[in-house]
Amino acid sequence: MFLKSIINEDDCKKRTAMTNIELNKELYKKIYLMRKAEEKIQEVYYTDVMKTPVHLSLGEEAIVAGVCQALSVDDQVYGTCRGHALYLARSKNLGAFYGELCGKVTGVAKGKAGSMHISCPESGFVASSAIVSSTIPVALGAAFAAKYKKSNHIVAVFFGDGATEEGVFWETLNMACLKKLPILFVCEDNGMAIHAQIKDRQNYSIPEATRSFGLSVHSDDTTDSERIYSITEQAVQDIKKTDVPHLLHLKYHRYLEHVGVNEDYSAGYRGQKDDYADWYARDPVLFQREKLKLLGIIGDEIKLMETEIDQAINESTKLALDAPFPADSELFKDVYA
Amino acid sequence: MKTITYREAINQTLVQEMERDPAVFVYGLDVTDHKGIFGSTLGIEDKFGAERCFITPLSEDAMTGFALGAAINGLRPVHIHQRVDFMILGMNQFSNMYSSCRYMSGGKLKAPIVVRAVIGRGWGQSCQHSKSMHSVFAHIPGLKVVLPTTPRDAKGLLTTAIRDDNPVIVLEHRWLYDIEGEVPEGDYVIPIGKANIVRGGSEITVIATSWMNVEALKAAEVVQRKHGVEVEIVDPRTVYPLDEETIVASVKKTGHCIVADYDWVFCGFSAEIAAMVSERCFKELKTPVSRLGFAHTPCPTTRPLENKFYPSAVEIIRMVENKLGLELADLRGEEFYSYENKFKGPF
Ligand SMILES: Cc1ncc(C[n+]2csc(CCOP(=O)(O)OP(=O)(O)O)c2C)c(N)n1
Repeated sequence: MFLKSIINEDDCKKRTAMTNIELNKELYKKIYLMRKAEEKIQEVYYTDVMKTPVHLSLGEEAIVAGVCQALSVDDQVYGTCRGHALYLARSKNLGAFYGELCGKVTGVAKGKAGSMHISCPESGFVASSAIVSSTIPVALGAAFAAKYKKSNHIVAVFFGDGATEEGVFWETLNMACLKKLPILFVCEDNGMAIHAQIKDRQNYSIPEATRSFGLSVHSDDTTDSERIYSITEQAVQDIKKTDVPHLLHLKYHRYLEHVGVNEDYSAGYRGQKDDYADWYARDPVLFQREKLKLLGIIGDEIKLMETEIDQAINESTKLALDAPFPADSELFKDVYA
Repeated sequence: MKTITYREAINQTLVQEMERDPAVFVYGLDVTDHKGIFGSTLGIEDKFGAERCFITPLSEDAMTGFALGAAINGLRPVHIHQRVDFMILGMNQFSNMYSSCRYMSGGKLKAPIVVRAVIGRGWGQSCQHSKSMHSVFAHIPGLKVVLPTTPRDAKGLLTTAIRDDNPVIVLEHRWLYDIEGEVPEGDYVIPIGKANIVRGGSEITVIATSWMNVEALKAAEVVQRKHGVEVEIVDPRTVYPLDEETIVASVKKTGHCIVADYDWVFCGFSAEIAAMVSERCFKELKTPVSRLGFAHTPCPTTRPLENKFYPSAVEIIRMVENKLGLELADLRGEEFYSYENKFKGPF
């Protein structure tokens, strides 16, 4: 099938057959979970039970899954308002995920954060922000703390191509390189900021410009999560060994409207769906499923993994819908420590 | 006079001012896309071309300073933000540069800039898409701050703002865009610094800002029906400069003052009004000035807490009853505003 030509067989051979299979299964589970979790939101959103604007992750699954797979549990991640995939990569608590989206007391932040500010500090997804670029310098401080405390962890910060247009991004790069902080910048480049194309916003190339600050930069447009995993694994090792901050510049195609649960190619600001046929042919979920088959995993086993995830999603959603809203008194809790 | 929406009033104003004065241009994130800032900028690029209506990189800080450079060189920028919360990335420029530009040049420079920004609310807009910040901006000498409530205000005040030789911040509540009202055609100005008596009354004054006028109108209607009490509603419309006289005259007449501000209470605009009214109406006041505003918390996402966070007509009704010593009216069966049930006008 088409994947044979895309999958990098050398990459596969580098690892022993067993770890390779386990790794790819793990990646598939993550990607499948991300996809199905978002599809569940698409399914129920119209019933108005999730009163929170949602910036869905459809299309970017391989990036988040691949990067996070290469991080240790103690490495921290910081994200943006497009944070569902990051949550699902780091936290096993699906109930708290849907609870949060439904604004229930079972939510990871008791419904206060909603979709745009979702995080899970106890799983190392420390913060996300709906103000573009605003977690980037926060991650810098976290990397400083990691070094200060002589811990051997790194910090990964996820952001879009649009975020690189903010001054604070470049200020952060400078400080990170100057102080040799253990930070991995992950630029998820979908070529769009809301409805604006990158060519109408940027007069620089992200990899070239960032490289000039002294970072180690790696660009890719793969939808192969294993490949992203390998790149990240190497980057993390380098950061720990050389103290040079790294930046991964990873392209993907955003399947849906900027915010909301629908496709919006008909709005005309970025061409038609057919123009992105190449991306859909390399869809991260399809890709990884085919890869499992190539690795000799039979359909039944894949089905089993999928069913388990589907069930977990269905149960968590149901629990979230049945859960109570927070009591009024919750409003005034946790304003101050 | 034609009945049009708030968004149409803004759109019409931008078109008229751009036609009138070639120095006026409009820019900001998303201003040329198919949604056009809640419809308020639709068609402007087509009409005036990309030189006079354009999007920018996601660089609010630089784009804020950019307006100042253009303005001190004779242009009249209108910078637009989807949310006030994004606009505050330019806070350095507002507070250190815009505000003092004229003063520090000994009156040689002027900065005719309009910054339009949307105040978000509802559907989990949450803590980073819902701020109003007018109290903070008005705190800084050199800035003018305007909150148009009706379509007529939107046209009259935005026109004046564009023609003003100072930085004027225009804050537009998201729920107001759908409101319809009569708006004069052609050239129409409302002076900055002139309050609007939204509803006449003799027994108690409610000073309301932005969306709180809609809540106050609802409250006044209920209070009238349940208690036969006439509430006067005064919308300052501009936070700075402030029309003290209209407010003072109203409170002197009624002897009671509630400030229903669309902002946090602590150190907010409501405190300013309370202090001013207490100083100037001390003898006439029958009860101390009362204030309503956001809960002193970040804005939560989940609806039940969000409802607790925002002041509404119900709290105004209860406050009126409390101040006038009335029995609490039975409010069952009354319909109040929500994200799903927005006021459509007319005013
Ligand atoms: C400072 C700031 N400016 C503008 C916005 C409005 N906004 C929300 S998301 C977005 C686009 C962000 O694009 P990018 O960083 O590429 O991330 P993506 O949405 O593509 O994941 C914009 C402009 C914002 N949230 N914060």
